[in-house]
Amino acid sequence: MEKIPIAFTLNGHMKQIIVFPNDLLINILRDELYLTGTKYGCGIGECGACTVFVEDEPILSCLTLAVSINGKKITTIEGLAKGNELHPMQIAFLKNAAVQCGFCTPGMILTAISLLKENSDPTEEEIKEYMRGNICRCTGYVQIVKAIKACAEEQSKQNHHDTIDSIVLSRPCQDD
Amino acid sequence: MQTNTKILDKHFKYLAPTTLEDALKYLSHYKKENLKILAGGTDLLVKMKTTDLSADYLINIKGIKELDYIDIEVGLKIGAVTSLSGVVKEKKVKEKYIALFEGIHSMAAPAIRNMGTVAGNLGNASPAADTIPPLIVFGAKVKLTSKQKERIILVEDFITGVGKTVLDPDELITEIIIPKTGENCGSAFIKNSRVKADLSKINCAIYLEREANRCKEIRIAFGSVAIKVIRARKTENILKGMVLNPELMSHALLEASKEIQPIDDIRSTADYRIMVAGKMLQDAIELAWARADNEGRGE
Repeated sequence: MEKIPIAFTLNGHMKQIIVFPNDLLINILRDELYLTGTKYGCGIGECGACTVFVEDEPILSCLTLAVSINGKKITTIEGLAKGNELHPMQIAFLKNAAVQCGFCTPGMILTAISLLKENSDPTEEEIKEYMRGNICRCTGYVQIVKAIKACAEEQSKQNHHDTIDSIVLSRPCQDD
Repeated sequence: MQTNTKILDKHFKYLAPTTLEDALKYLSHYKKENLKILAGGTDLLVKMKTTDLSADYLINIKGIKELDYIDIEVGLKIGAVTSLSGVVKEKKVKEKYIALFEGIHSMAAPAIRNMGTVAGNLGNASPAADTIPPLIVFGAKVKLTSKQKERIILVEDFITGVGKTVLDPDELITEIIIPKTGENCGSAFIKNSRVKADLSKINCAIYLEREANRCKEIRIAFGSVAIKVIRARKTENILKGMVLNPELMSHALLEASKEIQPIDDIRSTADYRIMVAGKMLQDAIELAWARADNEGRGE
């Protein structure tokens, strides 16, 4: 097989690598770029452990050819924190003890972030519905749902403060 | 031997056209070779990992921007590479074609829906596909394009068996065309699966048009009960043009359970499928009937 050069943005940095047509994104991330936060679970799209963002949307890296991400923007669990500051969803998972063995956590966190982007105030049912492709074998999901709910509440508080700030500073009001 | 799903151990040449013209050239050029079309990869790559399915050439059509669209001007047209998420996020799909919305929404999970396409679900031609029963009851057609010609055929006639379609080796599914719905119409999709994200044990879609108490038009499709998704025509004929009453309904439900030919497999048994088919049909009809008050108006 012929090797193919690809270029893409990974967690904000440009990467150029050479891959085989049958290389899967998950293995390039883990074995070539040493980003082992993305996990290999089932390999057939049932468990969600390998979830990463392509163009800010969650996809499964175990069913994605590495060649197909040429020119795209990839975000993995390693790309969420800003320096030493964790992403609010990561903090919510820690605070709510939503992590046991941790294997499903990267996929869970990325999918949960995507949920809140689509629906900033999900009900418990909506959370379960959206997260149904991410399987956890330890927690029983209760803490995970709680963490996501807590993160959504934290976010809405934050937005409320931001709105007050913006009124105080008399910035123009933004329509959501 | 245990399958290693961490890797894809098949070797192939990768082609990634960015225009339809280039894609059709490739298809025409390699039509005698073992070529497979890749869109989302959620079915094809799983099969290539877990079975002996292989490809010498893999043509990834996901980069063809001109096939990524939803056109809602007249009826509904869906481009071949439009993601399933893209379809359910379009408001009009939920308003006017709720059975299709429900079918797609019932599939797997968001990440899979971000990858998969309606055209891919059709091309994969699984009897358990969740987009196919809704497409069939809406009278959807599929546009097949090759370098030489273009043809438009009913989704119902497109699939011929398990994984089998009438698609020629040099053809590509380029568009799904769903006609405008009628007046006072309602639709519904119901699925029975072990857990929500799972494949269907049995699924059912209904489209009906209501005229006061009368059921003017009805189309019924069942999935996972035969080698392909089937229309329950005899059942439809019992209900069409009639005022629905309990007696007629029980007659229809009995007919439906006779019309399907399910098998025992890993997801369920033939007996179970026959037993629940009638109940599912009843629920779906009631749902579509209630919706017929709103859905389909104003178009």
